[in-house]
Amino acid sequence: MNEDPRLRIGFIPLADAAALIVAVDKGFTTDEGLDVELKREVSWSNVRDKLNIGLFDAAHLLAPVAIASSLGLGHVRVPILAPFNLGLNGNAITVSPDLYAALAASVEGDLANPMNSAKAMARVVAERRARGRDPLAFGMTFPFSTHNYQLRFWMAAGGVNPDEDVRLVVLPPPYMVESLANKHVDAFCVGAPWNSVAVDLGVGRILHFVSEILARAAEKVLAVRERWAQDNPNLLLRLVRAHGRAAGFIEESDNHAEVAAILAAPNRIGVDAEVIMRTLAGRLKVSPDGAVRTSNRYLLVGRANAARPDPVQAAWLYAQMVRWKQTELSDTLLAQAVAVFRPDIYDQAVGVPGPMPAGEPADGVGAFAGPAFSPKDVAGYLRTWAIPGR
Amino acid sequence: MDPLLKVVIVDESPVRSAIIEEGLREAGFTQVTRIEEMANLLARIYALDPDVIVIDLENPSRDVLEQMFQVSRIVKRPIAMFVDQSDAASIQASVDAGVSAYIVGGLVKERVKNILDLCISRFNAFSRLQTELDQAKTALEDRKVIDRAKGILMKAKNLTEEEAYALLRKTAMNEKKKIAEIAQSVITASEMFK
Repeated sequence: MNEDPRLRIGFIPLADAAALIVAVDKGFTTDEGLDVELKREVSWSNVRDKLNIGLFDAAHLLAPVAIASSLGLGHVRVPILAPFNLGLNGNAITVSPDLYAALAASVEGDLANPMNSAKAMARVVAERRARGRDPLAFGMTFPFSTHNYQLRFWMAAGGVNPDEDVRLVVLPPPYMVESLANKHVDAFCVGAPWNSVAVDLGVGRILHFVSEILARAAEKVLAVRERWAQDNPNLLLRLVRAHGRAAGFIEESDNHAEVAAILAAPNRIGVDAEVIMRTLAGRLKVSPDGAVRTSNRYLLVGRANAARPDPVQAAWLYAQMVRWKQTELSDTLLAQAVAVFRPDIYDQAVGVPGPMPAGEPADGVGAFAGPAFSPKDVAGYLRTWAIPGR
Repeated sequence: MDPLLKVVIVDESPVRSAIIEEGLREAGFTQVTRIEEMANLLARIYALDPDVIVIDLENPSRDVLEQMFQVSRIVKRPIAMFVDQSDAASIQASVDAGVSAYIVGGLVKERVKNILDLCISRFNAFSRLQTELDQAKTALEDRKVIDRAKGILMKAKNLTEEEAYALLRKTAMNEKKKIAEIAQSVITASEMFK
């Protein structure tokens, strides 16, 4: 079959599109004989729909959307494959100065500890209810998003029921900061660069990097239609190989300035390169007063085998969809969800990665609370999280 | 067609949404509301309780509408017309025009197809207007540049206005460029010689 090397690939202007953007703009896709046109999009709905109906050959996509699309949740069912993981982690939870003060006043122990902060949140929520005030509102990017699940996982561990005690609202990332400033939301969970933008403007304070909540969380994937992958097996391998090269390039700290400059371009992410540098270095200003927090896990693009799709991550995301009643628990659906992540294609294109470095979580997730995750016993795992009375 | 269908237009472009509203009203729909302010979008939509929502594809708030698909919260589940793959021509037309619609009230698709068709044609009409406006602006800019270049040539080479224009046109033809481009080169060159 003749495979047409002219590819249209959609992306949302976020730092975790780095491997895709660098693969194209550094010419790694050209080296693989591909002629890629990057299409910047304004909403995940657009990315998903244009991928589904074939206007895009591939896309930078929320990992849970790839699974939801494959299971037919909320929309028509279009089987999607994820042969490359564009990033692990990379999000942060930012709260308004008022909410930060309320949490700081209620916390027992260090607020930087996510269990302490989640319990403090439960106290703030209870106190607001006692006073008859409106529930707190949390912005997140999409119903099927890691942001949604990360917020829920964290607050539920402290005793907050995310469906009853607070309001979770979808907000497009570019509107997050404004909504926080206008007090339409009290907090949000979003990817880079928006948390830093809120801090720089003095309207928010980063409470947690999501890597403090989950050590490894599949954030965005390179997504293709299963059908397209079947029709274009060679293009797929070349595309994944170019991404592998890009991920390696991005993770060399000597290249960070060049990567930041590429990503900062107006037709790519279109923000200050310095803000992107913070993300790449995992060194973020967390408070308007200038306090800085550093993490070597803030956003993992290629290191610690981050780029290889991990079926355990797919199973974990599916478990969250079940936990929050977006779908039902069944072995068939679980198997379909897991099959979206394709480490075999990655291995074929990029090569089998070395062993996982020391310090990575044994269960592949590394949650700050609760039992280790096992894809073999999702039901048992979810039972431990059952909220009394739900 | 059901004139009592409640239609909400979500569009940050007031001109375009006015054009669409006008079209819908002309077609006999009486309950048409425009939302141009994106803050608290979902609350505004719930308050209006529409049967059909029309939104432009360049609007990031499409993702906000996705929250309506979450079963736990509301009874009415919308259907996105845009992703119904049974009608490829209609999808292509929507994408080209840049519009998407959601049917909220569990209505039969055919009953609202004419709404989408109408929006598609109005969206296209709007982009044609936009293009014409852009072309008119460009033409005006070009005219200014050409006039300045003519003035420079008339002074430097002691030509009449007609002769200056003929020179610009001949050079443009020889170099296979637009007259405005040649005129711009004349202006740039003359500024360098100052």
